[in-house]
Amino acid sequence: MAQVSLRKVIKKYDEVLAVRGVDLDIADKEFIVLVGPSGCGKSTTLRMIAGLEEISGGDIAIGGDVVNDVPPKDRDIAMVFQNYALYPHMNVYENMSFGLKLKKTPKQVIDQRVRTAAGILDITELLDRKPKQLSGGQRQRVAMGRAIVRDPKVFLFDEPLSNLDAKLRVQMRTEIKKVHQKVRTTTVYVTHDQVEAMTLADRVVVMNAGLIEQVGTPNDLYHSPATKFVAGFIGSPAMNFIPCQLEQAAGALRVRLNDKLAFPVPEGRSSRYSAYAGKPSLVLGLRPEHIAETRPHTEPNQHDFEQMIEVVEPMGMETLVYFTINGAEVCGRVNPNAGATAERPMKLRADLSNMHLIDDTTGKVI
Amino acid sequence: MADIAAPNSAVATRGRNSLHKLVQRKSTVAFLMALPLILLITILVAYPAGYAVWLSMLNKSMTKFVGFGNFQFLFKRETFWEIVAQSCLFALTAVLFKAMIGFVVAHFVNNIPTKGQRKWRGMLLVPWVIPAAMSTLSWLWLFDPSYSAFNWIFAHIGLPKISWLGEAGWARFSVILVNVWAGAPFFLIMYLAALKSVPEQLYEAASIDGATWWQRIWYVTLPMMRNIIAITILFSTIVTFANFDIVRVLTSGGPLTATHVFATWAFKVGIESGDIPLGATVSLFMVPILAVAATFILRDISKRGSEV
Amino acid sequence: MANAAIATAGAPTRPARYGSISQSRRWALRWSYFFLTLFAIFFLMPPFYMLVTALKSKEEIAAITNPWWVYSPTLSNFIELLTQNQYLIFFRNSALVSICVVVVTMLISVIAAFSLARMKFWGSAALATGVFLTYLIPDTLLFIPLFKMMTFVRETTGIELVNHWWTLCIIYPTLTVPFCTWIMIGYFASIPKELDEAALIDGATWMQTLTKIFIPVALPGIIAATIFCFTVSWAQFLYPLAFTTSTTELVLPVGIVTTLIKGDVFNWGQIMAGALLGAAPPLIIYAFLMDYYIAGLTAGATKG
Repeated sequence: MAQVSLRKVIKKYDEVLAVRGVDLDIADKEFIVLVGPSGCGKSTTLRMIAGLEEISGGDIAIGGDVVNDVPPKDRDIAMVFQNYALYPHMNVYENMSFGLKLKKTPKQVIDQRVRTAAGILDITELLDRKPKQLSGGQRQRVAMGRAIVRDPKVFLFDEPLSNLDAKLRVQMRTEIKKVHQKVRTTTVYVTHDQVEAMTLADRVVVMNAGLIEQVGTPNDLYHSPATKFVAGFIGSPAMNFIPCQLEQAAGALRVRLNDKLAFPVPEGRSSRYSAYAGKPSLVLGLRPEHIAETRPHTEPNQHDFEQMIEVVEPMGMETLVYFTINGAEVCGRVNPNAGATAERPMKLRADLSNMHLIDDTTGKVI
Repeated sequence: MADIAAPNSAVATRGRNSLHKLVQRKSTVAFLMALPLILLITILVAYPAGYAVWLSMLNKSMTKFVGFGNFQFLFKRETFWEIVAQSCLFALTAVLFKAMIGFVVAHFVNNIPTKGQRKWRGMLLVPWVIPAAMSTLSWLWLFDPSYSAFNWIFAHIGLPKISWLGEAGWARFSVILVNVWAGAPFFLIMYLAALKSVPEQLYEAASIDGATWWQRIWYVTLPMMRNIIAITILFSTIVTFANFDIVRVLTSGGPLTATHVFATWAFKVGIESGDIPLGATVSLFMVPILAVAATFILRDISKRGSEV
Repeated sequence: MANAAIATAGAPTRPARYGSISQSRRWALRWSYFFLTLFAIFFLMPPFYMLVTALKSKEEIAAITNPWWVYSPTLSNFIELLTQNQYLIFFRNSALVSICVVVVTMLISVIAAFSLARMKFWGSAALATGVFLTYLIPDTLLFIPLFKMMTFVRETTGIELVNHWWTLCIIYPTLTVPFCTWIMIGYFASIPKELDEAALIDGATWMQTLTKIFIPVALPGIIAATIFCFTVSWAQFLYPLAFTTSTTELVLPVGIVTTLIKGDVFNWGQIMAGALLGAAPPLIIYAFLMDYYIAGLTAGATKG
């Protein structure tokens, strides 16, 4: 019942374009996450949907109606702010019911809705406390409660978890997901944290410099990023980018990283890549999990090589090793028992079946 | 919020007209909300201030334009120069002593355990709270020619009687004393607030570096408080320079004109003697000093505004 | 003295081997108390003397006994004053003027401050600076042109402004509104922007945002501004002295100074009683709301 669509939406501050033409269709009940580095325009986009920022061009429609000139209160949206923006002089109940009270909703209806929302969020016993007496996580719940109570067409979240400590953030992340599964309201969620984006979203929208880089499910973005920016932004530790050349040797395509090191391209990809043979400024993208220690048996597209390890970071479950190839720092994830030692050579295995080849001039993944 | 009202939607043409109306309405509402303030300032402050300049160029019966005649007249009178000197002397010495006493006492208050500070601060601010005209009355009675309570003490310890308000020198001293008494607590409060804002670690670091008590004040406290000290002195200079209540109640400018300042003399000439243009002229002589102080204050405030 | 208790309570409780440090601290503390006591005597002497004199009979004042002590205290000065019609009129005028000014000032300045801090319009930033500048213009510069403006109003409209206490309700806001607006701008600016955005999404109008969110949240600032406003109006001396003359129109400070001092030297008991009562309202407010009073005092320079 409430899809949101953005058509060529532009935001201009004086002469600076903060959002440079965003097209996006958000389906009813969908959980969309806008993610990107700070200053990429994600918050501005959200605030334009909310009506807190005037749009300088394009159209925004909520539930099929163009809302460009509709003030925030008539857009039937609810917003959760980064600093919660709870009214400090009202208790939790009053905070949650303020919007309904302004709309002159009958008292019993308000009471019933507040209690339902409080039940969903498990804050019933906090209803007569003031925001000051609440912990960060509790304030976060109240802010969500205030949004739920209004039963809006769209929920908007503006970096709602960034003020919480790491542990609480993980907990509240799950909480938000649960709430969305219960109330099933269309949600637009802004964050700079790609883990939050991946875990919460039905679809993730990666933004950069005022434009959308890619829209897709978390798995799409992870496994087939469209651009170097997305490839580097999604995933932690980040994807390795190694400058390389594509050479045609004995009828087979090879990715050459330096004088000693060259890997054959997986068979299925040869036709896609062949046009780039011999071209400059190509980059090999390989995720750290696709560089591991050698194992006895080999699978197709896996290639062993030896490299001097520079830094070793034990993480417990795995160990990260860092080394340099062709001037690029490369990270690999090896078994903690593989015996990785700093400043010692180590036998490693690259899994090229998950490789990406990037044209560095356009930033596009080939 | 305010961004909605920001008139920066020149890009798209289609469907923006109603929004423009909205924009206009919103800033119109804002303007209307500030209108009483604007009217008050223009009618009762800005206009009279400009009107004072016009008045100063009229003759006594306000029928003829005399240009700078009133100013020329004043420049030739000895009394006027006496008043210039007195106004400056009072303001300078009073502000200086207020600042020093305020600084010293603020340190003493800051020195004692936090528990007791509130009580002391409360007592020491009392002179500031009592309306100046009321407290000056009690000073007037303390300085009474025949019943002075100070002279009673002096008599008991064998000192001669002092004619506190009857002799030019002592009258000036008394005016400054009362000024300092009434104004020092303000400095005390401002300094105390500033002292509280100096992080304790700085003092600890200075102690570890081997700074003595005096060096800590000189190298840590004073630089950290420089801003507050400056702005407090400027505020106080304006208030002290333009002061009326204390001189008026204590001496009415006497003996003769020995304690008159611009404000009291302007009152005497303009209201009591009915020469409004001359009174306006006298009061205008406060403007240069006030303007200088105000400029410095504004600069300080805008500087801090840009730091934030 | 009572300080002794604090001194021992606050004394360092460190092990003995740091004795020399705690020794020097203890001395610093003693000196602090010594000088604080001296300054407190200096600062509190006039009000104390006021009280002592107010409790003396005419005869005791004339007898030149120890002026710092009252041997047979009497309330006759207070009783005489409070049964005197004139003094009660002064008090009433002062109270009416001050309350009136507080209401007018707070209405004007809170609404204007909200508009300047949050809504903004063409020239609003310049106006905010102008407001502050206005605060720096002293009453002593304006009383003569204002006086002349009043006679002008009488000549053109026939409305007599001079010598009416209610005229002061129009004039005093020039002293209070700029400062109150200034500190309210500071308080409003410190309220996070998200709070009014949340209110906007909740469907509040600008007026509702002001009355339901900003005023309650900035209540400490409003109390501080109100106190400032009241004390300034109550203590104002120059304007009433210049603009009112009839005994029925005088406010307290001017009333006491002009009517009680009549060359009758033995009337000092009554003068001091009057002054003490005149100082009472600000002192009472100060005693109960000291923190707000001080917040208002320091706000002008520390906010901004």
